[in-house]
Amino acid sequence: MENDKIITVQNLVKKFGSFTANDNLTFDVYRGEIFGFLGANGAGKTTALRILCGLSSPTSGEVKVAGFDIYRETEKIKKNIGYMSQKFSLYEDLTVSENIQFYAGIYGISPKKRKEKEALLLQKLEMTGARHKLIAGLPLGWKQKLAFSVAVFHDPKIVFLDEPTGGVDPVTRRKFWDLIYEVASNGITVFVTTHYMDEAEYCDRVSIMDAGKIEALDSPANLKKTYNAKNMDEVFIQIAR
Amino acid sequence: MKTILYILQKEFRQIFRNRTMLPMIFGVPLVQMLILVFAATFDMKKIDMVVVDKDLSTTSRQLVAKFDGIPFYHVSQAVMDEKQAEALLLNGESDIALVIPANFERNLIRNNNGQLQLLIDAVDGNSAQLIYAYSGQIISSFNKNLIAHWKGIPEFAPPTQVKISETYWYNNELDYKWYMAPGILAILVTIIGMFMSGMNLVREKEIGTIEQLNVTPVKKYQFIIGKLVPFWVIALFDLAFGLLIAWLVFDLPIVGSLWLLFGFAGVYLIGVLGLGLFISTVTDTQQQVMFVSFFFMMIFILMGGIFTPVESMPHWAQIADRINPIFYFMKILRMIILKGSGFSDLLSEFLALCVLGVVFLSLAIWRYRKTI
Amino acid sequence: MKQLKSFIKKEFYHIFRDPRTMLILFGIPIAQLLIFGTVIKSEIKDVHIAIFDQAKDETTMQITNKLLSSGYFILDENLSNTAGIEDIFRKGKVKEVVVFENNFEEKLTREGTAAVQLIADASDPNMARLVTSYTTGIINDYIRKLNPNLQIPLQIEPQVRMYFNEEMKSAYLFVPGTMALILMLISAMMTSISITREKELGTMEILLVSPLRPSQIIIGKVLPYLMLSVINAFVIVLIGHFVFGVPVTGSFILLMLETILFILMALCLGILISTVAKSQMVAMFISMVALMLPTIILSGFIFPIENMPKVLQLLSHIMPARWFIAIIRGIMLKGTGLLFVWKETLILVGMTLIFIAVSVKKFKIRLE
Repeated sequence: MENDKIITVQNLVKKFGSFTANDNLTFDVYRGEIFGFLGANGAGKTTALRILCGLSSPTSGEVKVAGFDIYRETEKIKKNIGYMSQKFSLYEDLTVSENIQFYAGIYGISPKKRKEKEALLLQKLEMTGARHKLIAGLPLGWKQKLAFSVAVFHDPKIVFLDEPTGGVDPVTRRKFWDLIYEVASNGITVFVTTHYMDEAEYCDRVSIMDAGKIEALDSPANLKKTYNAKNMDEVFIQIAR
Repeated sequence: MKTILYILQKEFRQIFRNRTMLPMIFGVPLVQMLILVFAATFDMKKIDMVVVDKDLSTTSRQLVAKFDGIPFYHVSQAVMDEKQAEALLLNGESDIALVIPANFERNLIRNNNGQLQLLIDAVDGNSAQLIYAYSGQIISSFNKNLIAHWKGIPEFAPPTQVKISETYWYNNELDYKWYMAPGILAILVTIIGMFMSGMNLVREKEIGTIEQLNVTPVKKYQFIIGKLVPFWVIALFDLAFGLLIAWLVFDLPIVGSLWLLFGFAGVYLIGVLGLGLFISTVTDTQQQVMFVSFFFMMIFILMGGIFTPVESMPHWAQIADRINPIFYFMKILRMIILKGSGFSDLLSEFLALCVLGVVFLSLAIWRYRKTI
Repeated sequence: MKQLKSFIKKEFYHIFRDPRTMLILFGIPIAQLLIFGTVIKSEIKDVHIAIFDQAKDETTMQITNKLLSSGYFILDENLSNTAGIEDIFRKGKVKEVVVFENNFEEKLTREGTAAVQLIADASDPNMARLVTSYTTGIINDYIRKLNPNLQIPLQIEPQVRMYFNEEMKSAYLFVPGTMALILMLISAMMTSISITREKELGTMEILLVSPLRPSQIIIGKVLPYLMLSVINAFVIVLIGHFVFGVPVTGSFILLMLETILFILMALCLGILISTVAKSQMVAMFISMVALMLPTIILSGFIFPIENMPKVLQLLSHIMPARWFIAIIRGIMLKGTGLLFVWKETLILVGMTLIFIAVSVKKFKIRLE
């Protein structure tokens, strides 16, 4: 099983001055699973996620992502991950196709391969007609699906999603999760932070953070059993009370 | 290398899609060259003179007529006394008052000495000095003619005399526009480089796309180069455009080599763009970039010798100018364009620009963090 | 009233918490005054010259000594032919070459006249003119002293009096100019950008749905800048007076009243810009191109308006700074009262009213 751990985190601590954002986190993420990272606003989810992406360095602790050390090999890690931030991050003043071309380019995907994948992707998203439209003019749901697709366009080993479904309706959210399942079935590990508890149900395993600490980590079914709860909402309320 | 090309492609697409960019690229040089160069002149075009002639003799009238005959002297109202003349100076209607006292002509003949008074509005000290110099010359030339006329000698000459002839090289007519145009070009290139590159990078910070880039394997230097090259190209294009306007409108002679000119501009721009990007790495909003760049620009431009030669500045300012990129570039442009100086003449400036370029660019790359 | 107070407090926090804004507020006026006061000088000192002395006799030596001991010139090189002139000019250090003709002394004593040629590097025309006129003066002075008893007949002697600025200090010019520039910068540019920023960030909507009336919002926005501008104007007058010796000859109260009028005008202009501009970029662009540049160039701050081409002179009439500079120059330096500046004052009042009228109209449209 050791080989199947794609992320290992041991005693991760992140402090901002006297404030401890991540207090001694220890967990593993396995290859191919959908790992949910839950917590209230300000619980320290985004901080931990940014450390895993190499955007921020930890105060102490051992972290390996895709087999690379977080301190010394951040650039190698970046080749193997995809990331979609809270803020919508495609270029509004570029077209759909131009955004894909740009991100594919900086990950070193050849033009030929890019064109093939782009055609398939747009067909799947039913956005072929919007290919030459500026991102600025697209509806939010489309933008998010596209941002996710661009984040996994280079077939990373892991994709990190930071509250990817903020501000969209339940139907669109459901469709978004279909995309996540599809990616996971292709063997890409999905690491997703959220505070929607219904989304937690979709994950293979979830960890629940509160005040910088991981309070629980298990599959949704087991968690419900342990906390004797009907749904994840109740689990969460018991932990974060 | 390929990565850089993809970044460049994206930057250019964004720049040309932005509707405020094109007017900036073409409008700024046009406005600067046409308004600034024409407006920035110390050449006196019009001097308003008020005359108080209490003598009302033939000589005094001749003197007034002499002034009146000079195109840029507007000899306005004749008033009766100094009080009225002072009032005209006070409300700015006159620049200079010529007061010819009573018995001027008589004193001139009897005592060989006639006194005049020039009252000059000296709020603008520079102009006052010029007005005084011009008026003094006119009076002394009038004086010479007078002596020649009355004494019947062709031209009054003292026993020993040195004939001084003046030759003005590189700008025979002393056209101030030829001096300003290269200086304004230097400012133009700097503004484009510093403001645009800095604001562009910070904009990615503001809208959050920079975070997405930071999790990609793009290297720091690739990113900085990707941000630098587009504005480098635009600034060089604007230099060419501005130069063309100057050549068409002011007949600015371009004596030196254009290759050399653009070569120097290319090196200079690397430093300036580096500085702009450095500023953007230490700021978070476009507003801040604007303010900080504005502050430095103003000091650089004023210290760089746009209006007055650096040689006239105090010693400390001349030393401080060694880290002022605009100072070097303004000097280089003027030397190449007007005098045709070659590379060997500008070797020390070249080295200085290289040092500044390396320093600013390294600062920008060093300060740019892929981590938050 | 209480709401307004807390709103104004918030505005002050915005300004004081950002060191970069403070840099603009107080760094620019002080740096600009100091640079203008100490660095920008159009006098000559230590100008490098070269001499090509074909005579090398007693007189040319003495003239050379006179030139070099004047403090204006430094000898860089003695040339032995004219071919080298081009080269040294191209290097840029030497600004003038003085050429004495052959047998200078002999010609001077025998024929009564000898020739000197001054060759100046006129790539900087002002400098060239100054350098040649200083050189001419020194040489003429030397020759005049050779004939001390010379009586010139019918000599006309002009006596000059420099009014309002006897020592011809440049501070008299740049202190009023800097004041206009800084007030424009703070009042118009900063308000326009700060209002546009709230629009961009969406915080303007929050303010608009709050119980504050639109007029209160505007007052809250501009009041801090009005106060800062007045303080700045005060600081500039103080520095001008105590560091550079610029007097306030006329009424100080009138000066301050006119200053407040100008600030109000600039604030209204800032509000107007913010109602037009959609983004900070645009607000900055308008402020830079439409306000800063003309304030520096077309207001008579540095370059006299009278010297400009007709078109630009006409254009300068719509520059508020032009009128303000005329007013403060009048009050500070010439000691004139309202009697002399009423026309300029009226123009500023008129501009203020127009800006208010237009922005009120625009603002209402936005609210509907």
